[in-house]
Amino acid sequence: MNQPKRKTELRRDAGGRAAHDVGGLDFGPIDRTEHDLALWEKRVDAMLVLLTGPKKGAFKVDALRRVIEDYGQQQYDSTAYYEKWIRAIRNLLVEQEVLTRAEIESKVAAVEAAMRAAGRELVGGSVPWDTMESPI
Amino acid sequence: MEIAPRFRPGDLVRVDDRMALGHCRTPWYLRGKTGVIASVHGAFHDPEKLAYHKPGLPRQVLYKVRFRQSDLWAGYAGSPQDQLEADIYEHWLIRADGEARSDSHAAA
Repeated sequence: MNQPKRKTELRRDAGGRAAHDVGGLDFGPIDRTEHDLALWEKRVDAMLVLLTGPKKGAFKVDALRRVIEDYGQQQYDSTAYYEKWIRAIRNLLVEQEVLTRAEIESKVAAVEAAMRAAGRELVGGSVPWDTMESPI
Repeated sequence: MEIAPRFRPGDLVRVDDRMALGHCRTPWYLRGKTGVIASVHGAFHDPEKLAYHKPGLPRQVLYKVRFRQSDLWAGYAGSPQDQLEADIYEHWLIRADGEARSDSHAAA
């Protein structure tokens, strides 16, 4: 097993608080519009329940939080809720040696190739693996 | 093994004003703030250790702590009766007996 390091990514000009710990900061008005979850979001949710459940027990939800918190401010602020989850799940599956990075990358490449072959448009870019990576 | 809580409902406590290295569930805006124990949730595996795939021992007692909103936010414009409740683990709490605080916010 890989031993994750304890670290704290700080938020800029915010008195020493961690990047994710934004309670009380002014982010403008809250969008209270109700919206349905996309299918992929429901799948990510289901994946987390199964991976953290007693049968699989790949990691605890606290580890998911930790990986998300280690993203650093720029990535924390620019990714959506379930984007944070799926990235953390991916990294934790490798950290806990459930899958290898090569296995995940080859599967993603195969899915992307199949989508292109079917004429579907790919959106978004690749998501950095390294939680230490901070493009600030 | 049952873990005896250090605090009881009604006790005055202050949230430790310290930096945390790594994952912790104690929000920044509560650090250094004084509140009152509202209830004892029980002992749970320590999320600060579970986050690193450790067993989470020793377990930590988790409390519901009640704060005055006016103690948390500078220039708070709401009612002076407004309160905020947060779940805080015991290793973040310091006994604050004798520190000034209105009786009206003692635990019910």
